[in-house]
Amino acid sequence: MSRSKTPQEPSAGVAPQTGSAPQTVEARQTGRVHQIRSTASDKAVATASHTLLGIWSVIVIVPFLWTLISSFKTSAQILSSPFSLPDKLHFENYINAWNTAGIGRFFFNTILVVGSALFLTMMLGAMLAYVLARFRFPGNRLIYNVMLAAMSFPVFLAIVPLFFILKNMLLLDTLPGLIITYVAFSLPFTMFFLYAFFKQLPQDIYEAAVVDGAGEWRTFFQVMLPMSTPGIASVSILNFLGLWNQYLLPLVLNPSQENWVLSQGMASFASKAGYAVDFGALFAAAVITIIPVLVIYVIFQRRLQGSVSQGTFR
Amino acid sequence: MTTTTGPGSRRRRVARFRQRLTFDRISFVAVFLILPLAIFGVFELSPYIQAFYYAMTNWGGFSAEMDFVGFDNFIKLTSDAKFLRAAANSALLCAVLPTLTLVTAFAIAVVVTTGGPIIGRVTGLKGGGFYRVISFFPYTVPAIVIGLIWAQVYDPTRGLLNGFLKLIGLDQFDGFPWIGNVHTAMPASMFVILWGFVGFYTILFVAAIKGIPAETYEAARIDGAGRFRTAVSIALPQVLDSVQTSYIYLGLTVIDSFVYMRVLNAQGGPDFSTLTITQDLHMEAFTRGQFGYATSMGVVLAAITMLYAGIIFLIFRLIRGKDTDLGSAA
Repeated sequence: MSRSKTPQEPSAGVAPQTGSAPQTVEARQTGRVHQIRSTASDKAVATASHTLLGIWSVIVIVPFLWTLISSFKTSAQILSSPFSLPDKLHFENYINAWNTAGIGRFFFNTILVVGSALFLTMMLGAMLAYVLARFRFPGNRLIYNVMLAAMSFPVFLAIVPLFFILKNMLLLDTLPGLIITYVAFSLPFTMFFLYAFFKQLPQDIYEAAVVDGAGEWRTFFQVMLPMSTPGIASVSILNFLGLWNQYLLPLVLNPSQENWVLSQGMASFASKAGYAVDFGALFAAAVITIIPVLVIYVIFQRRLQGSVSQGTFR
Repeated sequence: MTTTTGPGSRRRRVARFRQRLTFDRISFVAVFLILPLAIFGVFELSPYIQAFYYAMTNWGGFSAEMDFVGFDNFIKLTSDAKFLRAAANSALLCAVLPTLTLVTAFAIAVVVTTGGPIIGRVTGLKGGGFYRVISFFPYTVPAIVIGLIWAQVYDPTRGLLNGFLKLIGLDQFDGFPWIGNVHTAMPASMFVILWGFVGFYTILFVAAIKGIPAETYEAARIDGAGRFRTAVSIALPQVLDSVQTSYIYLGLTVIDSFVYMRVLNAQGGPDFSTLTITQDLHMEAFTRGQFGYATSMGVVLAAITMLYAGIIFLIFRLIRGKDTDLGSAA
């Protein structure tokens, strides 16, 4: 980051200022670094801030590190002391978690369910947002508002009727049932987020495509959809995290152990009491669950933080 | 694009095309509009609507018996000690947790974006980006895993927390059950939720503060405003919309806080001190099979949610009402 340069260093990369609009804090920060002599109070504030933020970072990081270290200890070592280091790397914890505790199976179930639901949600959500944003027809506004209202209701209100709807459709306790429920509950947010993207695409482009002989389908898939990829990418990441972390819906709608997703597998560790738990495997399972989101986070860190602020304040 | 025809005739051609009901158009409407709406309608909208009927029945589950009992369930709720305890806990969560979390997040965001030297251009704290990245990470980790990790951290004998307290000489905490003690269970659980959400709201506030014109800051500094003053009088009013949205989002999350509470204390904690409405609802429905009664809890939960959102809107309207006079004078 250019901001982390010391003031004495001459600034190497000067970010271009775009346009002549009034500069925001961000624009100023990416501009040229001036030489500034810091005062005593600046130093005091900086020291205090670093200390407090440092403590907070430690509180955030240490539980994760402790989990990682504990995942290489035997249960006996975990029970004897929270601080002891593993005598050797007990990878058998991971094997036990993967096979004996069934995390491997749950992992693949989760990938299947989240992958399918994500694909369908993005597809249907983009289509719906496109139609609502770009076509005028009676009921358009009503659909938009109903979906917006549905977003603010607690899922818990719907959970009992939902259980019986799936049961009557013979979809209860099946992965397709879980997938379609995920799709239904992520649609409003996806539509809401992408609506603004499709709204701002110029009408001329649509007309040009139609004049060139493209039908509605082709106009959408070859012209409009590619133009909204930044929005699609942002929503996909948020939906991925939301679905990967989902617990209530699978807990109620997906009770058979062979269909479990990761969050259910993790919960079963928590519900087992006392010494019956293989603690090494518990920590290993936690690490296995965190790794995919950690990878996503590291790769998409910037975009993810951008999506969060976009998604909320649109 | 063919340019042999004038713009007028082109428009007519488009209009004519759009009126024709071709296979392309019919299939387009069916797949783009009707299919997603059908899924939404069947699996989300209809359960919400049915819930209001279920809530007025005495349905005990899998038998065909389902009598309409009007508001009996709601009357029963008012004398259900366990439910009232859960409602009080949920109210406590909403009253305390959003403010604690958002104040922490706002403080971090202010320091990270504008914590640099007071003279010269507005800069963030050196290396502030690092803290932002670190504190956001828990948001990406599944709540169930966060709960599970903290349940281990809080463990009386092998937990990290008591181990640390013993290490610094506080031996009286040896074996102290943080989430098993009636006085500490709720604060300890609240801390876990705060820990998980601070980073998310930090990012929101960072983005909002970065959108404030630098001139505003510089003017305030020239007028002699210090760091605290600029944070409270410049940054806060300018990001008030973000704060309001965050209060609503976080409030809704906290009212529903099911996963954290369930992982930390599956049965609602000592003396139900961490039982939430959502946990009570889940047990009532899927352990006892009292589906009608449980759904009436869901209706109350939705009502509390709306009430909470209403209160937040009202509070922020009052705050804004006070500020607009100042704002227009400036």
